[in-house]
Amino acid sequence: MNLEELRKLREKGQREMMQRSDNAKYRIVVGMGTSGIAAGAREVLTTFIEEINSRKIKDVVVMQTGEKGYSSKEPVVEVFVHEEKEPVVYGNINPEKAKRIVTEHIVGGVIVEDYQVVFGD
Amino acid sequence: MDFYNYYALLYIDDSTVAAGVKEFEEILKRKLAAADLLNSVKVLETGSSGLKDYGIGLSVYPGDIHYGNLSTADIDEIINEHFIKGRVVTRLIVKPPEEQFRTSELGPQDVRLQNRIVLSLSGVIDPENIFEYFAEHGYEAIGKILEEKVSPEKVVGIIKNSGLQGRGGAGFPTGLKWDFTRKAEGNQKYIICNADEGEPGTFKDRLILEGNPHLVLEGMLIAGYATGAAKGYIYIRGEYDLSIKRMEKALSQAYEYNLLGHNLFGSGFSFDIEIKKGAGAYVCGEETSLIESMEGKRGIPRLKPPFPGTHGLKGSPTVVNNVETLANIAPILLKGAEWFRSFGTKSCPGTKVFTILGDVRYTGIVELPMGTTLRQIIYGYGGGMREQRSLKAVHLGGTSGAVFDESMLDIPLDYDSVRNHGGMLGSGAILVLSNTVNMRDYLESVLLFFKHESCGKCVPCRIGTARLYDMVKLLETSDNKELILNEMDKLSETMNKTSFCPLGQSLKFPVQSIHQYFGDEILRS
Ligand SMILES: Cc1cc2nc3c(=O)[nH]c(=O)nc-3n(C[C@H](O)[C@H](O)[C@H](O)COP(=O)(O)O)c2cc1C
Repeated sequence: MNLEELRKLREKGQREMMQRSDNAKYRIVVGMGTSGIAAGAREVLTTFIEEINSRKIKDVVVMQTGEKGYSSKEPVVEVFVHEEKEPVVYGNINPEKAKRIVTEHIVGGVIVEDYQVVFGD
Repeated sequence: MDFYNYYALLYIDDSTVAAGVKEFEEILKRKLAAADLLNSVKVLETGSSGLKDYGIGLSVYPGDIHYGNLSTADIDEIINEHFIKGRVVTRLIVKPPEEQFRTSELGPQDVRLQNRIVLSLSGVIDPENIFEYFAEHGYEAIGKILEEKVSPEKVVGIIKNSGLQGRGGAGFPTGLKWDFTRKAEGNQKYIICNADEGEPGTFKDRLILEGNPHLVLEGMLIAGYATGAAKGYIYIRGEYDLSIKRMEKALSQAYEYNLLGHNLFGSGFSFDIEIKKGAGAYVCGEETSLIESMEGKRGIPRLKPPFPGTHGLKGSPTVVNNVETLANIAPILLKGAEWFRSFGTKSCPGTKVFTILGDVRYTGIVELPMGTTLRQIIYGYGGGMREQRSLKAVHLGGTSGAVFDESMLDIPLDYDSVRNHGGMLGSGAILVLSNTVNMRDYLESVLLFFKHESCGKCVPCRIGTARLYDMVKLLETSDNKELILNEMDKLSETMNKTSFCPLGQSLKFPVQSIHQYFGDEILRS
């Protein structure tokens, strides 16, 4: 390993992340830290994958990340929409709610406000 | 985010509008502006009528004070007494609202608005994919140091200049600690990452370990290079299953890309890292007990000095650093000591990761500049108290920290100022207790913990923790509670002076502060 190789790895990583958001209209990111998993994030992640597959939706990727710190809102799910920088943040998600997010937000294009985390100013 | 000393909630509905709430609000705001209070008092409108049948109603947080039947003539008094002098206007107080009302403006804090250093990528990248760390300039700090042949002295100098202090509790300057080990004689030196996180109510290291394991590995590599160590260990709390798994994965990836192992970046510097699992004793988070336990012995503290910096693992010079401390290293090397100093206070630069738990609306983890106040964290980030309870006490810094009452909410949280106020910042745990908590019961649970976790090596702590527990039980029934409380102060003071390690030494903080701030309640009960 040298700095030059490391630079290439960095560019590769950056490219991959770019492509991911270029190719996918929606990116669903599930927080998979201990709090999230304890609150059911694994089931939520599986539900998203199953729903996306069974409905044969093409331009969506489902990913995992660590924990942000919103413990009281776990499982936390973020939906990144292709053109927009900031994600929609959903809190206290379970498999049922995940299905509704797929139907209404991913397929229908309408944010499910009922589950959205309202932030302080 | 702006922080306010007070949030004043006005109830706007048909009946209050009829009573003239709009005019009231306008005058209130004008008078607040005239008194130059717009930056410290935030007036919010809320729709639901929380104070039914009380005409114009105003609720003030923190404090959960509810004023009712107000007229514009009361405004001056509320401003002068409550908002300026902090004195509640009792004659205007009415019963608290019965309905749950929303204070949506006080929601959990959006992490994107926090100043994050160590958590900047936790919950953002995929921790199991090293490419996501590469994409964020991962391993560039160590790469540059090695390839550009920056000397170990220089690296230690940068950490010294940054003013970084250990985040494991004691706040010891990290650069100084590294310098002791760098200068110490020894064929073999070690870096130990203290990931035992045994402090009740503290989960900050877990977020880093799970969310961005490579950041910790890079910090250890830099520490190794700076001090001349070739071997590192991560001592992870055994219950942290996911942290261990993610760390194992990160290690194998780092080896795969030659970021660990032999002759890194062609510099001749070699470094290996191994994971050790802790077995769940609180005292094993203390660095010398941790080392004993790593050596396969019973986890009990060693006499200091000599310190681990010169005589640590297997008698060799050893740096023991907390996870959060190590997570600050690569960012400091990449962005510079000056940049780091732009966060926090002059004597305690940087950020601190706080765990907020207890009776707040939003429990969780935040990373904020050193010097942020308890009030800002509890009311800004924790969303205030849940279920309209009122705040009674805050146990700050972990079980062995002081327990404060509401009067201490404005002290800036950094190592120095908390110490000057008779407490300790410790691990950054902020346990918020509401008026539903009985303080004697609470002290009992704290003392039970210490009785259980005292390792038994020294008499003052072994006997002292047991006696303190007996005494707090006695407080329940005794008719000479004052005597018992005073004896508890004395005993904890003796333990402070005579115990072998900080476990027994620091018990005086919870014991004496609960007596100081909540003695009246205990005497009355
Ligand atoms: C009873 C006791 C428990 C401790 N538990 C921890 C712990 O869980 N994690 C930790 O990092 N430090 C813990 N410490 C502090 C360590 O002894 C040591 O100061 C710290 O790991 C040094 O790292 P730092 O300089 O990066 O803060 C504990 C100390 C005591 C006395």
